[in-house]
Amino acid sequence: MSAVVSPIREPLITGSKSYHDITEDICAPSERTPSLTWVIAFIAAVSFLAFGVFSILWTIWFGIGTWNLNRTIGWGWDITNFVWWVGIGHAGTLISAILLIFRQKWRTGVNRAAEAMTIFAVICAALFPGIHVGRMWVVFFFFPVPNTRGPLWVNFNSPLLWDLFAISTYFTVSLLFWYTGLVPDFATLRDRASGLRKKFYNLLSFGWTGSAKHWQRFESLSLILAGLATPLVLSVHTIVSFDFATSVIPGWHTTIFPPYFVAGAIFSGFAMVQTLMLITRKVLKLEDYITMAHIESMNKVILLTGTMVGVAYLTELFIAWYSGYVYEQFAFLNRAFGIYWWAYFAMMTCNVLSPQIFWFKKMRRSIFVTFVMSIFVNIGMWFERFVIIATTLARDYLPSSWSYYTPTWVEIGIYLGTFGIFFTCYLLFTRIAPVVAIAEVKSILKSSGDQYVKRNSEHYKEVLGKEVHKPVEEHS
Amino acid sequence: MAKKNQNLLFGLYDDEEVLLKAVKEANTDHLDIHDVFSPFPVHGLDPLLGLSESRLHIAGFFYGAIGTLTAFLGMTWIFTKDWPMIIGGKPYWSVPAFIPITFELTVLFASIGMVVTFYAINGMGPGVTNEVLHNRLTDDKFAIAFDADHSTEEDLKKYKAFLERSGASEIQTKEI
Repeated sequence: MSAVVSPIREPLITGSKSYHDITEDICAPSERTPSLTWVIAFIAAVSFLAFGVFSILWTIWFGIGTWNLNRTIGWGWDITNFVWWVGIGHAGTLISAILLIFRQKWRTGVNRAAEAMTIFAVICAALFPGIHVGRMWVVFFFFPVPNTRGPLWVNFNSPLLWDLFAISTYFTVSLLFWYTGLVPDFATLRDRASGLRKKFYNLLSFGWTGSAKHWQRFESLSLILAGLATPLVLSVHTIVSFDFATSVIPGWHTTIFPPYFVAGAIFSGFAMVQTLMLITRKVLKLEDYITMAHIESMNKVILLTGTMVGVAYLTELFIAWYSGYVYEQFAFLNRAFGIYWWAYFAMMTCNVLSPQIFWFKKMRRSIFVTFVMSIFVNIGMWFERFVIIATTLARDYLPSSWSYYTPTWVEIGIYLGTFGIFFTCYLLFTRIAPVVAIAEVKSILKSSGDQYVKRNSEHYKEVLGKEVHKPVEEHS
Repeated sequence: MAKKNQNLLFGLYDDEEVLLKAVKEANTDHLDIHDVFSPFPVHGLDPLLGLSESRLHIAGFFYGAIGTLTAFLGMTWIFTKDWPMIIGGKPYWSVPAFIPITFELTVLFASIGMVVTFYAINGMGPGVTNEVLHNRLTDDKFAIAFDADHSTEEDLKKYKAFLERSGASEIQTKEI
């Protein structure tokens, strides 16, 4: 990462840290006994998880009829939650893969936690396709494996099957990428530990030594995995959007869905990263590594993707009008002014209007505003999926089959349960693993640490001065 | 690549810039460096140590190609030979519909293959314990190591003198 850094860039590591300080600060949270806050949060998360498990068991025992789905509304909160969680997962890969390719140094402060978030979010997402089929015990029919139906295969032409492949590939690749990055940091924890703890981290660190050749291969592997994960992350939400776009339902059958879903995914993912990071940096005292500069950068991404999503909403409306196709026009009028108008307006306000506040630098750098906005965006993006799914299905081709849908306690329970899964995993992660990538932060210290910024800028002035003045002298 | 049970003479450095300077000096003195250890990747070190570029990406290409072929030929065989099915009036061999899964399996095979290869050629894996020279090497110290088993007394003296001269803060021999 020794590319040239402009001297006007903000420092990404503050507090004049040495290499040893970085190790101490980032390892500290997993080396001290859990704080009371952590214990309370963990108990709360596990309680939600338990309620989720109870609701799932209820669903399996009594059947899918315990949900309020009906004949036209075959997808409700289940698929809404699925798409929402998959979308949240996208920010982790974006930060770790796409920003690695673009050599954005600020990724080092947040990539570890964002990747962890991706993995946990994909676990939450993958739950829903598994249980929404009703008969969970035949879920292996999803997979192209030899089965009791004779040599009958799954339908490879179906976007639902593509989705299965996309989500499982995404989960596997994210996990490999994340874990490979963790190995050198687990080795750091191993070399600081003793006794049982040392054995535990020895197992996790796979025998890492930090040899020059290993580092070379490590960097090569990271770069190529990033190169593979970049099209992968774009493909995943594209394929999720195919679940809708390849159908023949007015309001779903649109070619704008893939880019619009990807932008929305990154948008909601960054919002979730902000929510988690703002709490994590405060509780674990990592403000020197996850700085205002990181928060501002992420807010810029939120502003950009939020606006892209807004353009997509307006384009949909325009195309519906311009197509002259009455069913399409009805679908969109119904979305905005029909029975679920409140969901549409929640979506528009949270996703398109409110992020515009980030045009102001003062707002981008306010922790309070960022936190409130991150919650807003997550609510808005949940409503976006709900609007697409429920509003469209509630108004079928035949007015006689029009209906309305509200979730039962079981569906709400499963949704709350996914928060339980997510936060239980995240809280365990903050105990076991370094929340910030130690080795990567060390590698940018000399270019982005605050004590080096002045020294570097003097150096640049010297070098630039020579380069700028030379040709002038030659001409005169 | 480190082999089992060898004696290494090594010096610890506090900063990667001192380390790079020392490696350059060792090159001019024609000293045969066994390995360098660092807590993070030090850029500019590989050419000095004469390490050729990693060929991991070439392996990755082949793993990916296996994934592409598995997916595409697999689906082709299933839908044209094993159990032909008409779905939505489309032809048996509907190539555009095969592309998403072909892409996903390409990425999946390339990633798994490369990660497994990475650990295998590094001699790493779950349950593997490799002795480390010093506990601070994953923290804030950098080490240049010389092979002590295959060096003469005279060489060892030269190595020690070099380590002292080039700014090593600590010099030790350790069997790993």
